[in-house]
Amino acid sequence: MSQGLTMVVCIKQVPDSAQIRVHPVTNTIMRQGVPTIINPYDLFALEQALALRDQLGGTVTVLTMGPQMAETSLRKAMGHGADRAILLTDRFFAGSDTLATSFALSAAIGKINAETPVDVVFTGKQTIDGDTAQVGPGIARRMGLNQLTYVSAIPAIDKAAGEITAHRRAEGGVQVLKTKLPCLVTMLEGTNELRRGSLPDVLRAERAEITTWNAKDAGIEDVTKCGLKGSPTKVSKVFAPKPRSERAAMIEGADATPAAIAAAAVETLVAADPALPGVITRPSALA
Amino acid sequence: MTTEHFDAIVVGAGPAGNSATLTLARGGLKVLQIERGEYPGAKNVQGAVLYADAVEKLIPDFRDSAPLERHIIEQRIWMLDDTSYVGSHFRSDNFNEDKPNRYTILRAQFDKWFNKKVKEAGALVICETTVTGLLRDKKGRVTGVTTDRDQGEVTADVVVLADGVNAVLGTRAGLRPEVRPKDVALGVKETMFLPRETIDARFNLKGNEGVVIEAAGTITAGMTGTGFLYTNGDSLSVGIGCLISDFAESGVRPYDLLERFKRHPAIAPLIEGAEVKEYVAHMLPEGGYEAVPPLYGDGWVVAGDSAQFLNAMHREGSNLAMTSGRLAGETIVAAKKAGKKMSAKTLKAYRAALDDSFVLKDLKKYRRLPKVLETNKHFFTEYPRLLTHAAETWLRVDGVTKREKERDIVSAFRHRRRLSGLVSDMFKMGRAWR
Ligand SMILES: Cc1cc2nc3c(=O)[nH]c(=O)nc-3n(C[C@H](O)[C@H](O)[C@H](O)COP(=O)(O)OP(=O)(O)OC[C@H]3O[C@@H](n4cnc5c(N)ncnc54)[C@H](O)[C@@H]3O)c2cc1C
Repeated sequence: MSQGLTMVVCIKQVPDSAQIRVHPVTNTIMRQGVPTIINPYDLFALEQALALRDQLGGTVTVLTMGPQMAETSLRKAMGHGADRAILLTDRFFAGSDTLATSFALSAAIGKINAETPVDVVFTGKQTIDGDTAQVGPGIARRMGLNQLTYVSAIPAIDKAAGEITAHRRAEGGVQVLKTKLPCLVTMLEGTNELRRGSLPDVLRAERAEITTWNAKDAGIEDVTKCGLKGSPTKVSKVFAPKPRSERAAMIEGADATPAAIAAAAVETLVAADPALPGVITRPSALA
Repeated sequence: MTTEHFDAIVVGAGPAGNSATLTLARGGLKVLQIERGEYPGAKNVQGAVLYADAVEKLIPDFRDSAPLERHIIEQRIWMLDDTSYVGSHFRSDNFNEDKPNRYTILRAQFDKWFNKKVKEAGALVICETTVTGLLRDKKGRVTGVTTDRDQGEVTADVVVLADGVNAVLGTRAGLRPEVRPKDVALGVKETMFLPRETIDARFNLKGNEGVVIEAAGTITAGMTGTGFLYTNGDSLSVGIGCLISDFAESGVRPYDLLERFKRHPAIAPLIEGAEVKEYVAHMLPEGGYEAVPPLYGDGWVVAGDSAQFLNAMHREGSNLAMTSGRLAGETIVAAKKAGKKMSAKTLKAYRAALDDSFVLKDLKKYRRLPKVLETNKHFFTEYPRLLTHAAETWLRVDGVTKREKERDIVSAFRHRRRLSGLVSDMFKMGRAWR
């Protein structure tokens, strides 16, 4: 039966957070001119999907919800070898939080699924702009997919048996998990290295027609679940935190014992911040 | 190898490459543009002066959509010694016109915008792809390019080399001699953030008015070069550049030179409180007319910095790049329409068009200048000192008679340069200027 895997990789175009600046006077985030990139965590998901396609055949569709300019990220993903790209864009989606985003993406994946049953949906571990790690699990929940989060490797997929084996990072070790397809995988960073597309890949990507769906195309009837309306999260204020300490203190005392220096330091800290606990256990190594 | 064949391939998405590609695409050719940077402009030096005329010839209404920082209403030209400067300022309300003539821009943004126009005209543009070499047939004709990607060869009737100052591709293919260190300068530049209101107040500006400062003198530590400061919307571009051969000989580190320039009492107050946003180093072709390489051959032409098209005297580069790119494009489109082969014989028309334009005419006018400046370093050391000395002597009121002051100034000039030196300097400069 196996005609390979049908995979969808959800990617997000994000501002390159390394280049975001805070206005020195107004203390607000300056978004203007900040270049956008594909959320770096998503690239590990993309490579994992491409590697599985190499191994088992099938197709990799990249999907993003975002403004028209997110098309750039989709083309980039195609330049790395993805077969097809879908842009979910509609003014109804503006201002979506993670709940509304997973709602819209689920609808679109549902539509893809109606064309060809989807075996695996991939997302990155989280995004660098929101840091929530909620969208992947949100999609899994809505679509009733088994979810594998923080995956570091997928050693086996047996499409005929409908089974997937994955390595998942857990505190203090690696869990080896097996579950049923279809499923959703959120990929951990540092697990692979994204391939460079061939020249034919980038030529194809540059020319590709990007499929663009609005809410209606994606089969969404109830737009109140989208965008700002469908988002219970409200951002009331964005600000740059005050730097925590103004300057480092230099501790004199070349002839004091480490224990005495530490004790003096603790005293100074407690004096400066009464909220700190009054009793501090003395590390025995220093005693 | 891809089976695809293009009418033309353009290497590079700087001003030269974008102008060529735009012209080719509008002429109906199937054209592929290849840029190694992550996006057009990613590799290009930030903060520069844009000359409207060359853009207008390609995109007449560019002002409606191009990312422009400020239009320039004032130009300052300074001669500096270690503590002072003398200079001339020209500021005019006439520059506050409907269609200003010069703008400051941030190249990364401008090049990106320019390339969007190129794409809209129908060209296929790929980035993050480096052209590694030229494909040649048995007769040596250029038939396409090789890239650093898998299955990375692609063919075309003609290749436009707009790959910038290093001109690696042409050199590697033996189409031109290697670029000589004395024909290129190294420019280091910082983009420094400063709130718009501060810039407006500090430079006496309102709205989108801008100022540029060009500076020469002891700031280059005896090397042939200049410094500059441009006002952008909410940043300043501050930089300095000298010949590579001079840097090599003097052992001065470019970054130290820039730091020194920034600490100069004439510059320091202008940039005070500004925060460095970006630091770049980039080369400039400054060999002038004598350094211009062969410009065309069977299946190829070269445009912009790669062809050494830069007028160092007037600090014009991007406009020569755009004009040469456009002329290359027009030549190829005309040849294609006439059904001609892209041979050296056909592409010779490109050279003729350049000879006929300001590009080669201006470079020819200053053909002697690079040599004069390269071999007469006292233009950068003695003269600024003499001029500031003269100004200071003249302005200081100290009971010394004006006649004595005149004598002092004249004797300083004579002492430093002797009469014969002064005459020969004037003669050299005069000739180089003609
Ligand atoms: C410090 C400094 C200040 C300057 N200030 C001004 C100014 O104020 N006004 C002005 O008019 N000019 C200025 N210039 C000059 C101006 O920048 C150049 O003349 C102009 O950029 C030349 O355009 P170009 O398209 O020929 O080359 P570039 O702008 O250098 O573009 C070449 C492009 O080709 C790409 N490329 C190179 N090799 C390859 C390859 N093998 N494969 C794929 N892509 C490749 C590069 O990434 C680059 O994008 C300045 C230059 C410097 C260094």
